[in-house]
Amino acid sequence: MKTDARHFGIQRQLRRSAAQKRARRVIGHALVYALMTALALLFMLPIFWMASTSLKLPREIFAWPPEWIPSTPQWGNYAEAFGKYPLARYMLNSAILVVANVIGGLISVPIIAYGFARFDFPFKHVLFLLMLSTMMVPGHIKLIPMFWLYQKLELIGTYWPLILPAYFGNPFFVFLMTQFIRTIPRELDDAARIDGAGAWGILYRIIIPLCRPALTVVVVFTFVWVWNDFLEPIIFLRDWDSYPISVGLAFFQGRYSVEWHLFMGATLVSIIPILVVYFFAQKHLIGGLASIGIKG
Amino acid sequence: MLSSWRNMTTQERQAAKTGYLALSPWMIGFVIFYAFPILATVYFSMTQWTLVDPPVWVGLDNYARMFTRDPLFVSSLKATTLFVALSLPLKLVLGLMLALLLNLKVPGMNFFRTVFFIPAVISGVAVSLMWIWFLNPDTGVVNTLLHYIGVQGPYWFWDRDWALPSVAIMSIWKVGGAAIIYLAGLQNIPAHLYEAAEIDGAGKWRRFWRITLPLLTPTLFFQLIIELIDAFKIFTEAFVITKGGPLKATYFFLYYFYEEAFRNFNMGYASALALFLLAVIMGCTVFVYRTSDRWVYYEN
Repeated sequence: MKTDARHFGIQRQLRRSAAQKRARRVIGHALVYALMTALALLFMLPIFWMASTSLKLPREIFAWPPEWIPSTPQWGNYAEAFGKYPLARYMLNSAILVVANVIGGLISVPIIAYGFARFDFPFKHVLFLLMLSTMMVPGHIKLIPMFWLYQKLELIGTYWPLILPAYFGNPFFVFLMTQFIRTIPRELDDAARIDGAGAWGILYRIIIPLCRPALTVVVVFTFVWVWNDFLEPIIFLRDWDSYPISVGLAFFQGRYSVEWHLFMGATLVSIIPILVVYFFAQKHLIGGLASIGIKG
Repeated sequence: MLSSWRNMTTQERQAAKTGYLALSPWMIGFVIFYAFPILATVYFSMTQWTLVDPPVWVGLDNYARMFTRDPLFVSSLKATTLFVALSLPLKLVLGLMLALLLNLKVPGMNFFRTVFFIPAVISGVAVSLMWIWFLNPDTGVVNTLLHYIGVQGPYWFWDRDWALPSVAIMSIWKVGGAAIIYLAGLQNIPAHLYEAAEIDGAGKWRRFWRITLPLLTPTLFFQLIIELIDAFKIFTEAFVITKGGPLKATYFFLYYFYEEAFRNFNMGYASALALFLLAVIMGCTVFVYRTSDRWVYYEN
């Protein structure tokens, strides 16, 4: 009897504490959501303000007190921005640069990484370390000598300076891809070899199809970096017509500094391709990056 | 090494040849895009050169000028250091705090991860333009909100004292990029460690200091180096927003380099500046690396 009563008491206590736990979790979740929402709103405020401005009338943009959401959104502003600035042209230029760089990365990176991941040869370790150390070299050190070299080759003003490096393997991508290929079981290579595949056959039929997450990282990062690059285009390009969108935008600002409604529209449009790529790829992105496994 | 080549079987030699062949694009790229530019910069830094005429050898004159009689060198270095000192610690700490929040096991967290990462993927130019407008002293959002609570907002990018902090605030807006890397690190921490600690009665605070933070130090180390290099390379924001002003308050080192090289065509002197920045970045990286065995925890 005594033990029974005690047992019953413990049970009741357990049940109560379970209910308490659940209540605490609900309150906890609510607090987390409230905090995260507040933070998210704060972070999105500059983007919201840009979108809001892009839909205002010229007289509304400097009005006091400012209107948070324009009473009659001026969607025509976007057509006006596209008509006034060569936005479409600049975005097309950026797209050409992105595609050319992506192709370069997709061709060069898997081959080099395959060499590091699957073959043994003298100096391999030294070469790998050398490659890693080049990741630390800031790009600005290359600008003057490369400018000189491209001038000698008469490539200043063309897209070659902005495209060529991608075809020689970006060290960060090679590192990422090497780590990724190392996780693929070698038994798969051996099986293909028995079926008569050579070293390159194994790369194209076995390795590359399995590397999709790492290749996604290559594509997305290349897209983001090339789309956003600013310093190299202003140095290596000459003509207005050939500017990518990043440079184009920066130069509008100097010329038409009062038309903030058109200008914010143009800026918003310029980031949309990045946002689209990011939304589609983000799942693979975090997974692909996690596979680097930042350890010793 | 050659003797090892002799000792290899035919098959091993074949594999080695394939390996070298696979690496050849990178090796060619290394010579063109790394070895050549660095060596050439060392040479150019000891010349006076305007691109038009052939370089004239001046020995260490450029360095002498840099270290003894160039006020712009000093002020741009000061501005850059101040920016690094202001933005780097904040970014590292706030990034970690944000990552801890984003790591909470709450449904729908993926949505927030997406939101906070957005600023990190937008270009420097678009962000700069957005923030010029956002921090507009008269009709910008921040000063409007400050006005509502009765505070007269500063002139932000247009004020000598506020310009540099404004650029730092803008870079902290991109903290989501750091948070995502931390998040990957947090998710690599084995759950059984927390379970064991909980059984031993360790509270949340204690678990953070004893498990999370030590196991996150490799990530922290990686971030510190990446963000450090990145912070020293601040350029686009100054170029687009402030043009280095007001009164050189945001005249960062790389901006000075850009103007010397591609506006004034003082290629020799600019090469010396470039090399100096490389040395500073390398020096900081080596320093962080050297001290790392004292605070970075490796499992094996």
